[in-house]
Amino acid sequence: MKKATIQLGTLTCPSCMQKIDNAVKALEGVDKESVNVLFNSSKVKLNFDDAKLSIERIENAITTMGYEVKKSQVRDM
Amino acid sequence: MQIFILKNKNKITLINGILIAIGFLSKWIIGNEKVFAWSLIIASILGVMPIAIQAYQALRVKVISVDVLVTLAVAGAFIIKNYEEAAIVTFLFLFGAYLEQRTLNKTRSAIKELTEMAPESALKQMENREFEEVDVDEVDVGDILLVKTGAKVPVDGTVLSGEGSINEASITGESLPVEKEKDSDVYAGTILDNGTIQIVADRVGEDTTFGKIIELVEEAQDSKSEAERFIDKFSKYYTPAVLILALVVGLFTQKAELAITILVLGCPGALVIGVPVSNVAGIGNGARNGILLKGSEVISDFSSLDTIVFDKTGTLTVGNPSVAEKQYYGDNIDEALGYLASVERESDHPLAKAVLEEIGETAFSPVENTEVIKGGGIVADVNGHRIAVGNVALMEKENVKPDEKARADIARFEKSGNSLVLTSVDGELKIMMGVRDQIRTGVKEDLQKLKKLKVKNLVMLSGDNQGTVDAVSRELGLTEAHGNMLPEDKSAYIKKLIDQGQIVAFVGDGVNDSPSLALANIGIAMGSGTDVAIETSDVVLMNSDFSRLPHALGLTKATARNMRQNIIIAVGVVLVLLSGLLFSEWVNMSVGMLVHEASILAVILNGMRLLRYKLR
Repeated sequence: MKKATIQLGTLTCPSCMQKIDNAVKALEGVDKESVNVLFNSSKVKLNFDDAKLSIERIENAITTMGYEVKKSQVRDM
Repeated sequence: MQIFILKNKNKITLINGILIAIGFLSKWIIGNEKVFAWSLIIASILGVMPIAIQAYQALRVKVISVDVLVTLAVAGAFIIKNYEEAAIVTFLFLFGAYLEQRTLNKTRSAIKELTEMAPESALKQMENREFEEVDVDEVDVGDILLVKTGAKVPVDGTVLSGEGSINEASITGESLPVEKEKDSDVYAGTILDNGTIQIVADRVGEDTTFGKIIELVEEAQDSKSEAERFIDKFSKYYTPAVLILALVVGLFTQKAELAITILVLGCPGALVIGVPVSNVAGIGNGARNGILLKGSEVISDFSSLDTIVFDKTGTLTVGNPSVAEKQYYGDNIDEALGYLASVERESDHPLAKAVLEEIGETAFSPVENTEVIKGGGIVADVNGHRIAVGNVALMEKENVKPDEKARADIARFEKSGNSLVLTSVDGELKIMMGVRDQIRTGVKEDLQKLKKLKVKNLVMLSGDNQGTVDAVSRELGLTEAHGNMLPEDKSAYIKKLIDQGQIVAFVGDGVNDSPSLALANIGIAMGSGTDVAIETSDVVLMNSDFSRLPHALGLTKATARNMRQNIIIAVGVVLVLLSGLLFSEWVNMSVGMLVHEASILAVILNGMRLLRYKLR
């Protein structure tokens, strides 16, 4: 399992949080409990299984919804 | 294509606005209805595109968002050929979102300033022993790094070689530079003012003190209070409910206009954003002023505080006893001071340390036949004189008879909470010193400010004897003071207050008081920023600066008030619009959207006031 922190462009509407939350949780290999979308700091924090999923796919799921991914950091748990 | 449109949302907004302007100008000035209609049609289609894409994305992940409501409303207006409304609504929605983003960035600026102080690169020693600039993420524990004048220390570490002075304001809030030499600890995010040092990395990234502070503040600004969680849940069902309501109204009344207007009015905006905005601005103001507030729950508790319980030593007092008063009797005082210093030099008693500091440079003489009297002091021979240093009991035992004036002095010194150090030379009292733990400068004024902020009780707990505690309490004007308390007595006392239904804050240095810090509704740690206190407490006053406490309390009160105002604005606007819709003619789709966006901006601007908050 890996721990990812993804820095997004500024989030402005709280419904964005819900969208991103649902989109990331829908990915196979994401630990659903760990997903945390931070509105004010515009970040997503989550744990995922790197055997099933790559960080690029997570980023992709976010960018296709129209949110900018600025930087992501993946660390071992 | 989708991403292209979303990326250029701002440009689309601009073109959309220009088209609307052209449309209205051609209608009013040259009276051309055709240009009017067409420019508005194009404006609506262009404007609805990014909104519709966002709506589609939301629906795909099973969220009925505001975008969905607006898209449906615009589509509806289009179908009933009301292009004017459709165009204006898209413009207002897009432009509002743009303004929201700009103003939201402002409310978040204080915290951003903090995170931007994080170091980004480091000069790391490579295998060929040369230093190369690398990204700070590539530094591991044990790496050797070079820090040059003016650079940020990239990680927490220990100085290997070199020396310099470091500005640690980002960690401690203290702006005076601190000298560093071999084996000194250095902290990430601090700045080397002058000198050059090599350090070995001990902690990197989020494990550094600075990393922890940032993480804490970031999580705090996004933490949710009970009220916010309720609003979140509410808005989850609210938006779909509006959709259903509009459908039902549309079907029953057969008035498409009305149904569409309900869709626009129902957009939740100010309500959902109002509380987080106050929260982030309040926490941001705190971070700028050396106060770490751990989230909105803390703000709401702190703002409705009844009682503050203080630990004495290190919180209200300096925590380092020193000579506060002294009195000399008879002649040859310099000699006597020399004897006193010579005797005290051999003792490791804390009072001896204070006495030596007070005397400073003096003529030391050899000390013989030293005898330590338990609970009394020391008796010894110096230069053939019999010297006794100790308390009143020791003087009695040594048959030293203080005169009337000295007896009055003893009473006076004791009353002010001093521990007495009496010195006699050959049975004659020469020196009286009163040693006590000094009250921190400014604490008295700060406590007055707290009282003005309507804190009902100010209580001091201490392990010291009741006499000392009473003296400090009198001087500071506390409501209650209890001495002879062990750490477990302190936490029991706090529990008692909480059981009485009071909201209690505990202020301590966080090391030996962690049970009390954890137990109190609000644990306030006077941290130097490098302690575990950061983790166990709810509020951290950086650099142990007591004077930040009144600001912290005033700020949380202002923040809580700000949240309430925002909720009132949000709910009020919805009520006014709804009643306008039901009982009058003035509310249509565009007006609804305008008021809706204006209320969002109003709550953001209201929140921004907190960034400038200062305690009067």
